[in-house]
Amino acid sequence: MEYLSNLIFAVLLLGMVGFFAMNIRKMIRNIKLGKEVDRSDRKSERWAQMARIALGQSKMVRRPIAGFLHVIVYVGFVIINIEVLEIIIDGLTGQHRIFSPFLGPVYDILIATFEILAFLVLVSVIVFLIRRNVLKIRRFLARELKGWPKDDANYILYFEVVLMGLFLTMNATDLAIQQGVQAGTFTSEAALHYVNAGSFPISSWMTPWYSGLSFDTLHIIERTCWWLHIAGILIFLNYLYWSKHLHIMLAFPNVYLAKLTPKGQFTNMSAVTAEVKLMMDPDADPFAAPEPGTEDEVPASLGANDIFDLNQVQLLNAYTCTECGRCTDECPANITGKLLSPRKIMMDTRDRLEEVGAIINKEGKFIDDGKKLLNDYVSPEELWACTTCNACVEACPIGIDPLSIIMEMRRYLVLENSAAPTELNAMMGNIENNGAPWPYNQMDRLNWAKEN
Amino acid sequence: MSETIKVPTVAEFIAQGKQPEVLFWVGCSGSFDDRSKKITKAFVKLLNKAGVDFAVLGAEESCTGDPAKRAGNEFLFQMQAMMNIEVLNGYEIKRIVTACPHCFNTLKNEYPELGGSYEVIHHTSFLKDLIATGRLTIEGGKFKGKKITYHDPCYLGRANEIYEAPRELIEKLDAALVEMKRSKRNGLCCGAGGAQMFKDAEPGDKEINIERTEEAIDTGADIIAAACPFCNTMMSDGIKGSDQEGKIEVMDLAELIANADDL
Repeated sequence: MEYLSNLIFAVLLLGMVGFFAMNIRKMIRNIKLGKEVDRSDRKSERWAQMARIALGQSKMVRRPIAGFLHVIVYVGFVIINIEVLEIIIDGLTGQHRIFSPFLGPVYDILIATFEILAFLVLVSVIVFLIRRNVLKIRRFLARELKGWPKDDANYILYFEVVLMGLFLTMNATDLAIQQGVQAGTFTSEAALHYVNAGSFPISSWMTPWYSGLSFDTLHIIERTCWWLHIAGILIFLNYLYWSKHLHIMLAFPNVYLAKLTPKGQFTNMSAVTAEVKLMMDPDADPFAAPEPGTEDEVPASLGANDIFDLNQVQLLNAYTCTECGRCTDECPANITGKLLSPRKIMMDTRDRLEEVGAIINKEGKFIDDGKKLLNDYVSPEELWACTTCNACVEACPIGIDPLSIIMEMRRYLVLENSAAPTELNAMMGNIENNGAPWPYNQMDRLNWAKEN
Repeated sequence: MSETIKVPTVAEFIAQGKQPEVLFWVGCSGSFDDRSKKITKAFVKLLNKAGVDFAVLGAEESCTGDPAKRAGNEFLFQMQAMMNIEVLNGYEIKRIVTACPHCFNTLKNEYPELGGSYEVIHHTSFLKDLIATGRLTIEGGKFKGKKITYHDPCYLGRANEIYEAPRELIEKLDAALVEMKRSKRNGLCCGAGGAQMFKDAEPGDKEINIERTEEAIDTGADIIAAACPFCNTMMSDGIKGSDQEGKIEVMDLAELIANADDL
């Protein structure tokens, strides 16, 4: 019976981490449904970019209020994980505050730091809740956030409030027990298990709330908080996959893999290059038989109709998006009331990818469900409102490129469906016929030099 | 402005066994749009004044394919690109200057992979260098004390991170540069990019160029400096739409510098 709690803890830990790993494996499988894309170049620049933007949060702080609060929560999250490590070791070994004998006074500093961070995180998260639910901030009121996305964001924040509350209550009761032991009030073996360790600048303010309680009561409160706190963290870990919150991990690879070429440089489609070269080659035989072995190959579609036509970095982008809406807030089309929202493009891509993933989970392989990313999720009206200005790409704090997805779908509309707006067809007809988007003769291109 | 301006073609250069110092890529808007033609001529006057041995392709120039590419028609874009590259490579062109950020971006970033690698320079950077090397001087403080706000074209600014060259030119005019709320990397699009120039906007509650022009008007500027023929059109239309015609002028940087010199 002595090791029962250790055993329960080990099972809980392994089960939760295992379930999370299983879902991450599915996510990776889903990302691999996309086309391969080579981002193995310029490694040192990529590492530097990751250090600056993901680790260093350099783009987050461009919006000072949200950026500053986010840095607190981010630093809090990273640093408090050291405490989680201790909690896990304690849980597995049945020790209490196992780091304290090794670290001595450093341990006090550490615990004090965790406490202060926990408090700052609590304050920041409450401000976030107010920003999302009370203040009228445009990017949190957009139509794509109605329903689940808004609830999801709030659940994440509630979770953090509860976790930080549990952590501080756990420390406050721990301190109350420590004080009882020091005063000689608590003498049982279980009470002596609570080593005199740590410095509690925040929870010591809460300790008086628990004065006069018996050791047994304090012990129950402390243990309950301890268990709920670690169980909460493990539940939160598993919630990540079902929420918009995966960015806490995916931001790093996502920034590493982000485009390094100038933002204005769009990809040249190699399938088209091959066709154009063939057309321009006077020796090409248009009736030539296909290369042996390639007769049965189905030519890949031009542009993107569904998630399978996007590349793996674009699909990773979709899982990484945390729906902050800075892209949409900067989008000229969205600002002026058009349907387009770059954030919705990312959310739609992820939702469709998850839908495809669910079919694969169920059937073992993808079976056509008659739906597509284009039209079923993203409408041509949204796509044609884009000015390709790159404001969304510039605004994203973690290197997501909604514009590249918009462009791929435009390409599909034009190259596969010939479904450009009429005026654009006229423009393209002009380029084709007379080398300018307007109906002027190419021979007249130098007339301006003779005009006064 | 009745004097004729000297605009040699590359074909003429080659016929004389010479190679131009730089090719001036005029672009469709600069060739055909009445407003943009003024920018083209202003820039040519500056090139003439600085004694730059430039040439144009004239009737051998064709659309870079930018609007087709942004509209999703990769096929048409690459056809245009391949044809232009054949002409440019045939003349062994090494340096290109253009007053259009869309042509600039396409030639500089998207042509190399298709076989056309050139040193491509936007006219604001080119003018800055002409002034820095003393080939061009700006005299006469015609714009002294005037408030000028600069609108960053997306395809020059965010797309290629050229923010300073145009601003340095404005400072050379002794004018007061006032920034809009959204500028440089946060600059708001004029609404013309991505082939929007050639179509009506989708339903919404405002035109993008009105949104941007209002922001420019809010700075209290006398002049909106532009560095892109499409931005120029959109901002000029915005000024008309906001009943500010005659009060605020939209001018390209080449025009500002040429006017400062009374060219």
